[in-house]
Amino acid sequence: MFLFLTRRLLIAVPTILLISIFVFALQKLLPGDPLLVLAGEERDPQVLELLREKYRLNDPLAVQYFTWVTNALQGDLGISLRTNQPVSELILQKLPVTLQLAAMSMVFALTIGVPAGILSAYKKGSLTDYIANVVALSGLSIPNFWLGIMLILLVSVKWQLLPASGYVPLSEDFGQSLRTMLMPSFVLGTALAATMMRHTRSAMLSVLSADYVRTARAKGLRERRVVLKHAFRNALTPIVTLTALLFGELVAGAVLTEQIFTIPGFGKLVVDAVFNRDYAVVQGIVLVTAVGFIFMNLLADAMYYILNPRLRGQ
Amino acid sequence: MSSDHCPPSERPAGTAPADILRLTDFKLRFRGQSVATVNGVSLTVSAGEILCIVGESGCGKSVTAMSVMGLLPKGTSDVLSGDLSFMGKTYDLRRQNLPPHLRGNQIAMIFQEPMTSLNPAFSVGDQIAESVLQHQGGTRAEAMQRARDLLVKVGISAPDQRLKEYPYQLSGGMRQRVMIAIALANDPKLLIADEPTTALDVTIQAQILDLIDELRRDTGMGTMMITHDLGVVAEIADNVAVMYGGEIVEYGPVREIFANPQHPYTIGLMSAMPRLDRPGGRLAIVPGSVPAIENMPSGCRFRTRCAFANERCTERPLPKAAGSGHHATCHFAPLEDHIRVQA
Repeated sequence: MFLFLTRRLLIAVPTILLISIFVFALQKLLPGDPLLVLAGEERDPQVLELLREKYRLNDPLAVQYFTWVTNALQGDLGISLRTNQPVSELILQKLPVTLQLAAMSMVFALTIGVPAGILSAYKKGSLTDYIANVVALSGLSIPNFWLGIMLILLVSVKWQLLPASGYVPLSEDFGQSLRTMLMPSFVLGTALAATMMRHTRSAMLSVLSADYVRTARAKGLRERRVVLKHAFRNALTPIVTLTALLFGELVAGAVLTEQIFTIPGFGKLVVDAVFNRDYAVVQGIVLVTAVGFIFMNLLADAMYYILNPRLRGQ
Repeated sequence: MSSDHCPPSERPAGTAPADILRLTDFKLRFRGQSVATVNGVSLTVSAGEILCIVGESGCGKSVTAMSVMGLLPKGTSDVLSGDLSFMGKTYDLRRQNLPPHLRGNQIAMIFQEPMTSLNPAFSVGDQIAESVLQHQGGTRAEAMQRARDLLVKVGISAPDQRLKEYPYQLSGGMRQRVMIAIALANDPKLLIADEPTTALDVTIQAQILDLIDELRRDTGMGTMMITHDLGVVAEIADNVAVMYGGEIVEYGPVREIFANPQHPYTIGLMSAMPRLDRPGGRLAIVPGSVPAIENMPSGCRFRTRCAFANERCTERPLPKAAGSGHHATCHFAPLEDHIRVQA
């Protein structure tokens, strides 16, 4: 297992390197000079020059890149041009919020999507299958923002069951933290549940017709055991892959939902940074997200290792 | 070979004590089709007997076996008639399948595809022990011990190590042995083997056949073996049922069938078999191919491919006795000598 993961980790190194070059280049290629934002209304050439010196923008590109990477490796992602806070500090503030949101959404996606997928594959062509597919399609088609607003109107405004917005850190008040996150994670989770259901369904369909499922039936096992043990175990691989991918997407892409529920998460940080040409922050976020994606993939690899005896045997 | 063997349709009521399985007038039609895929199959398997069902692909032999096991997917077919007697109890297949507690317990099945019939995610030991636990209960340790004994029984060396291995670590022949071990887990009275050697190479084939032969002698289990390989039949069968187009066209003791085939289709099959004792020359073929089920001719289903067919064959033939325990479903049976020479 250690060897297997080490190998995967080594493959990840050039990937991260490539991403870092890309991120760095992107900043240099984008139109608009962030210093113009900083320099204020007058745009005094002397001030601009001073700023260039300060941010070492006059160095050759290679040197700039090297400095940036060395700093990044030490956890220094630069300073936000806008708020003058260290980027790493900003990210560390927002990341737990979004991770919590993503994790809770994933719980919804998995607990709804996977059983629904199994059931609709098992009852393929039946009314259950049909209904599950219609619900899934609606789940995919209903925009998050609409569902979010409707939920706020109903659950918070009308029934006053859950807070409409805000964020309470887990460490502060565990129960309240979960309660505030419940609606936004439901909104995000149901949309993913639909995707999850479709993928689980197709994975289950292909294993349910496998010869070893027939063998399991020939053993006289109960259907529940045939489906949940013999078939589902072999359908897990695509589900793990999808979970890892969706989780990464959740971290990077929950912008809209975070806005609606005014959650001070990663998404809001990204949007603000992009609009303000706060490149240090954008760079930092892209880098952290990319590393996060790679980490999720490593986790998925570890799961494959556990699931697949053939990998274990190597 | 049971000496008193006679066509099931002519057997007096009341199952003989040695009979393990008796299927009577089994008819099955797939939904969306107008013609029955299995059209009135009757057969008997006695203790210690190996009955081979022979026929081309699509003749209904696997469907019959899967129906006996209750393994056909639900909602895809309808049983039009058929009684299944197992160990003296009779089940009307139109209304009920074999009770599930018999499946994998008293009736076990092995399949054609050893490479894919085992679950890749679980160890060999797990998969055998599961069958033991399902029907006998007991602890996991006991079931594993039983699994180990079974591996020895099916001739797998280093059983302790094999128990922990996964299917991908085993060869095809080895996997089929594991499948047999699973089938034997609860000392079945009947083993259904659906082309168990088709996917294996010749030396392994012979080993697996020997194993099945040995097991039925040791345990007295009856075996229903499905095959399209007359070589396998000659090697192992006591009785043979030749199937064509969902019907049994000839049924009898293996010696009778080989020495004195009565149905034109059986004769065709025999002459299409390569023989070492008569080298040279071309192999005969049965002209044409099995018609699609929707295009099955009325009357004798073989008549469109039969060299002797005449207007009588538009009527459905009845089984005719052609020797001791031997009958053929053909208007011309028992064949007169001049026809056999012609064939």
